[in-house]
Amino acid sequence: MWMITYSEAIREAISLEMQRNEDVFLIGEDIGVYGGGFGVTEGLLAEFGADRVRDTPISESAIMGAAVGSALTGMRPILELQFSDFITIAMDQLVNQAAKLRYMHGGEGRVPLVLRAASGSGTGAAAQHSQSLEAWVAHIPGLKVVQPSTAFDAKGLLKAAIDDDNPVIFYEHKLLYKTEGEVPKEQYSIPLGKADIKREGTDITIVATSVMVQRALIAAAKLEREAINVEVLDPRTLVPLDEEAIIASVKKTGHLLVVHEAVKRGGFGGEIASIVAESRAFHSLRAPIKRLGGEAVPIPFSPELEKAAVPQVEDIVQSVQKMLGVKMTCI
Amino acid sequence: MEILPNLTNPELLHLYKKMWLIRHFDEKIDEFFRKGIMHGTTHLSIGQEATAVGACAVLTDEDKITSTHRGHGHAIAKGARVDKMMAEMFGKSTGYSKGKGGSMHFSDLEKGNLGSNGIVGGGIPIAVGAALTAKMKKQKDVTISFFGDGATNEGSFHEAVNLASIWKLPVIFFCENNQYGMSSPIDEMINIEHIAERAASYGIPGVIVDGNNLVEVMNATYEAAEHVRMGKGPILIEAKTYRWRGHSKSDKRKYRSREEERFWQTRDPIKQYEGYLINKGILTRETAKKIKLEVRQIMEAAVEFAKRSPKPSIEELYTDVYA
Repeated sequence: MWMITYSEAIREAISLEMQRNEDVFLIGEDIGVYGGGFGVTEGLLAEFGADRVRDTPISESAIMGAAVGSALTGMRPILELQFSDFITIAMDQLVNQAAKLRYMHGGEGRVPLVLRAASGSGTGAAAQHSQSLEAWVAHIPGLKVVQPSTAFDAKGLLKAAIDDDNPVIFYEHKLLYKTEGEVPKEQYSIPLGKADIKREGTDITIVATSVMVQRALIAAAKLEREAINVEVLDPRTLVPLDEEAIIASVKKTGHLLVVHEAVKRGGFGGEIASIVAESRAFHSLRAPIKRLGGEAVPIPFSPELEKAAVPQVEDIVQSVQKMLGVKMTCI
Repeated sequence: MEILPNLTNPELLHLYKKMWLIRHFDEKIDEFFRKGIMHGTTHLSIGQEATAVGACAVLTDEDKITSTHRGHGHAIAKGARVDKMMAEMFGKSTGYSKGKGGSMHFSDLEKGNLGSNGIVGGGIPIAVGAALTAKMKKQKDVTISFFGDGATNEGSFHEAVNLASIWKLPVIFFCENNQYGMSSPIDEMINIEHIAERAASYGIPGVIVDGNNLVEVMNATYEAAEHVRMGKGPILIEAKTYRWRGHSKSDKRKYRSREEERFWQTRDPIKQYEGYLINKGILTRETAKKIKLEVRQIMEAAVEFAKRSPKPSIEELYTDVYA
């Protein structure tokens, strides 16, 4: 074990896998000398050479398509398109091709690729560089969707994503890149579809994703001072989703708050809330389910506005207090 | 005209047979749609047989193709079985996609067909990816990406050709210019005379061939394959041809004249190749007749096989979503 950042954990997973498997290679924009838009692939060009760390033109559709074609013929590409927002320019290749080829061809062919995507707000990058569009891809049968919230999860989930024989979208939150955590030095795999209880509790379940896991944990620590015992559950992957873990947790606590950064309207939180409402956990609910998500606005530039556009720690604290009927205090 | 690739007479006759297989397959499909016994939609490549067969004639099973929505011909040319194709057209479990793909989604990885595609231009970047695999794994195979004139106005075309050109990938971009993107005449949709001219902007060769002349198509593809296999980078071939039927099953063809259609029918690619083979003493009228009869029998058997085959079970709905 050693303390490394989320970003370093991702790089380690890639590097170890590329050492082990000749078929794994990187393809994307400015991933070579520059080291990727967020420095994640820094050093990999020197380690593996330009044949396996392939800088591309700014051609998202061609990058995505080349990844699909190479995956279909025996390679295991890892792609980077700088910001996750730019997936929108590669949508045909992702949604109409990668996701459906195997099904359309009656089970012939596999598309083992990982699309690494830096997502989320909080960096002042404004509306075209700050989105959280994971619900879009989670909606597409044939794709898998991963959202690690810690360095440990990032490394293990990325290994599993690379090993997976399907197209996986691996959402990395920009605000998490510099967060540190204990990470084993060797390669390890965290199975896709297995949630993690980041904090055990008995009064309320908060299902949070990506950076919201960290905010939920801070909120939980604050609420503890009011003797509110919060359970924080991180699904880690939206597709496949560990429905059982969520249902079991809600059965135990009787309360569910879902928190994500993506716009609440049409967001994945609605899916989680519905799964619980349709499950045996419904009868355990002692208050209506609540969702916290981004406001239905493009992400604005000004720091005050940007902060107001997505859930913050205080929003989580207040929502929990309200749901539990606790008198609101400033904590 | 001399034939460049080293093909035996039986192989040349086999190409002739493949052209008839394509023609008959699509004529059968047309008939079934007209009778209302086939479901969905389809795009026929009657009149374009020389491009598919000519280009694929120089490929081995290790070489790859990507195809288009008008892809029955490419699949047959690349070695697909017509009985499994017909079964797919009838949505049967014995079809290439177990009845889940239909007319626009044939693939046959064993034969190197990475799939036809319902999205215009969708297969072009995928072909570049297949060529990238060949380069990275140091394999000798080439990939041909078939697409129509309309696809050359897609961003995916430009992005993919550019990427392949900078990496010198072994891919042949094969444009079947059949003059119309659905109803839109290509000369109204581009501001240049030939699509092949676009090659210049990627620094790669652009070649124009008579797409109704199988020998010309085959020779150009042969030379292109040699070029790309040597690591010199991709080539763009523009084959001028014509689809005799409408864009899809419901097209009334109001955007073009019957006179124009008749003109192109006088340039029938099968008749032209037949004349060539007869002139060269490779084919006799009797053998031609025999081959046509054989093709008709193959097609009847394919239709029988398709009709007899079981429908997919409902459980099949849920398989193959993930590997």
